[in-house]
Amino acid sequence: MPSEVLVKPILRRRPPQVEHNYLNASRGMASWLLTKDHKRIAILYLIPITAMFFIGALYMALVRIHLMTPTGLLLSPDAYNKSFTAHGVIMVFFFLVPVVPAVLGNFCLPLMIGAKDLAFPRLNLLSWYLYMFGAIWAMTAILAGGVDTGWTFYTPYSSQSSHYNVALTMVGVVIAGFSSLATGLNFIATIHWLRAPGMSWFRLPMFVWTLYATSFIFLLAVPVLAIALILVIVERVFGIGIYDPALGGDPLLFQHLFWFYSHPAVYIMILPGMGIVSEVIPCFARRELFGYKFVAFASFGIAWLSFFVWAHHMFVAGISAYSALVFSALSFMVAIPSAIKVFNWTATLYKGSITFEAPMLFCLGFVALFTFGGMTGLFLATLGVDMHVHDTYFVVAHFHFIMVGGMVIAYMGGLHYWWPKMTGRMYSQWWSKLAALIIFIGFFLTFLPQFVLGYNGMPRRYHHYAPEFQAWNVLSTAGSSILGVGYLLPLFYLPYSLRHGPRAGSNPWRATGLEWQTPSPPPRDNFEVTPIVVRGPYQYPQGKAQHEP
Amino acid sequence: MSREASYLTADLRDMFKHTIVFREELEEQYHDLDQQSQAATFGMWLFLATEVLFFGALFMSVGIYHYLYPEAFEKASERLNWQIGSINTLVLLVSSFTMVLSVHYARLGNKGRLILFLLLTAAIGTAFLGLKGYEYYSDYQENLIPGWKFDSSEWVLDEGLSPTQVPQVKLFLMFYWIMTVIHAVHLTIAITAVLILAWLARLELFSPRYHSPVEVVGLYWHLVDIVWIFLLPMLYLLGTHHLG
Repeated sequence: MPSEVLVKPILRRRPPQVEHNYLNASRGMASWLLTKDHKRIAILYLIPITAMFFIGALYMALVRIHLMTPTGLLLSPDAYNKSFTAHGVIMVFFFLVPVVPAVLGNFCLPLMIGAKDLAFPRLNLLSWYLYMFGAIWAMTAILAGGVDTGWTFYTPYSSQSSHYNVALTMVGVVIAGFSSLATGLNFIATIHWLRAPGMSWFRLPMFVWTLYATSFIFLLAVPVLAIALILVIVERVFGIGIYDPALGGDPLLFQHLFWFYSHPAVYIMILPGMGIVSEVIPCFARRELFGYKFVAFASFGIAWLSFFVWAHHMFVAGISAYSALVFSALSFMVAIPSAIKVFNWTATLYKGSITFEAPMLFCLGFVALFTFGGMTGLFLATLGVDMHVHDTYFVVAHFHFIMVGGMVIAYMGGLHYWWPKMTGRMYSQWWSKLAALIIFIGFFLTFLPQFVLGYNGMPRRYHHYAPEFQAWNVLSTAGSSILGVGYLLPLFYLPYSLRHGPRAGSNPWRATGLEWQTPSPPPRDNFEVTPIVVRGPYQYPQGKAQHEP
Repeated sequence: MSREASYLTADLRDMFKHTIVFREELEEQYHDLDQQSQAATFGMWLFLATEVLFFGALFMSVGIYHYLYPEAFEKASERLNWQIGSINTLVLLVSSFTMVLSVHYARLGNKGRLILFLLLTAAIGTAFLGLKGYEYYSDYQENLIPGWKFDSSEWVLDEGLSPTQVPQVKLFLMFYWIMTVIHAVHLTIAITAVLILAWLARLELFSPRYHSPVEVVGLYWHLVDIVWIFLLPMLYLLGTHHLG
């Protein structure tokens, strides 16, 4: 038949585009909303979490514009309180805590250990629904009335005085908390039971180790937060003085319970970021991660210590001098595992063949900013200094260096690192490097002035401030607008790459992890054949810097 | 549930492939049933750890306030119905025994006994809730619900407490309500799970090879039981109760 002749050239002109991957394995809304596939659930998380990030940033844009003049430019005192509270609640509970585990962890963890899925795929989907429900609930409470307590919900203000939607917001936070808890439980079970043959504990990639440590914090800390907030809700609804000193309660109890969760939660936010950096730096320095076991155990050291430092938030709250001393000493100890990590990353770079693609730029930014944030943490752990800078912009700058300079930038690095794996497409190198640079500069400009402000005595959360602080505040606001531009750029070039980006191939960075040995985007079952692992995760041939961007 | 839903059209089947709608006895991510059931049990143990922290925060709060206000707390504790509390302890212990028997017969593959003991467990659990409900009703009649039905004057006049101690009594009673209600919610979830198990057992879902859901729910049931064993002394047995 002549049809043979006719058909063949057509086939050649159209190379087989119907490779089966998780994105086109099945179609329709239901196949997404009822999916068991960890990769699809990661995508499901990515969209609302990104939206929450920009909503939270918008609230802070209002606050920063307002603070341009000493008397305030834009917001009434009430709206000001609600804005910074909305910023904190959204960013902490609905962005920073879930983002890396839920998006990157969900996507990468099974791929990195050679598993077909998480241990409990249905639970994984349930945690997505819990997150969505909690997020929509809290957003409704914030938009319809708002909250003005600050993200910490301190009693007795939150339990007695505030007239806004405190209880409703707390319900949203608790629901989202249980979503994280389910994710953590799922990760631990997966890491214990579903490693591929040969994937021994000390062949696990560092990102997996940090997710493992993070998951334990989820398990042990979230229930305590839930109970602390439930007690506030009960106090508000029934008028019982659980935290009210006038009625026999003790507001310090709330602070103890709250920080027993929320201090470990800080490490929930930073540990997975450290994992990302430990993946990216060896890849772009073409060297094995220096001191693998030290970095792994340092993650657990941080997770373990995180449960014994909570009262350093309460040095001026009236705890005894003796316990303040103990908590101060314990807080200093966190610096040890943190420093081990920074030194190991630096040692990995030493004599490496370093290239500066976007993920590497973000992660080098992380190392610099995290070191800044960590060092200023030592100031705050010092009892005498803390008396001076407590509740000032110094604290604000410190934890933004960790949470934004650390976690957000590491997340951006991870997103850029695994984006070709998730979508099969490569984004623009030029624009992504530019974004990394702008974010880094904008970040420094925003938060470095706040150290000065805080040290000079400008309290946080004030609607007005003394005129001598104006110059630094204007500088900070200017920096935040640069930071905003940096955040907006990926919103354009990443989606643009979905359609117009070049195909990435299975391993664009020539990385050694298991996740790069399967096609991009990965097939629905992750691997054609279950891989057999015969070596550690960072066996880079040293001295050969060749990437295919 | 292990059967593919054959009533779906080809289009729909494509849509629902790899969704939670389909359930296989052996999920694709596991090698064998043994690994799967071990992972499930492990997951439940992790969950129980979170429950310990959840109730632990409450226990600690009660402990602190009891230490601060021993007199008011013990006076308030004496007003609770320790008889029903004790009987309920026995009831829950028996239910744990029947739950263990359910797991035992699930391992043996004895479907009839499995369903029998699951239903018995659920029935005893419901009996606990019934007794608890009766106790709540008598608490209501005795004005023991702070924030809703509570009489401050009787604590000053009859019990001899000072007016400043009345909020402390409320504090104790509030913890009593919070903890027992949260416990009852846990028990309701456990009863529902046991009933679902009985229904699945009737559908021949379990075998000596595959019965990890029974084991997992069993673990949860025992946790609910253990929490009550802590609640009894913490709430009911604080004071020096007079018999009779």
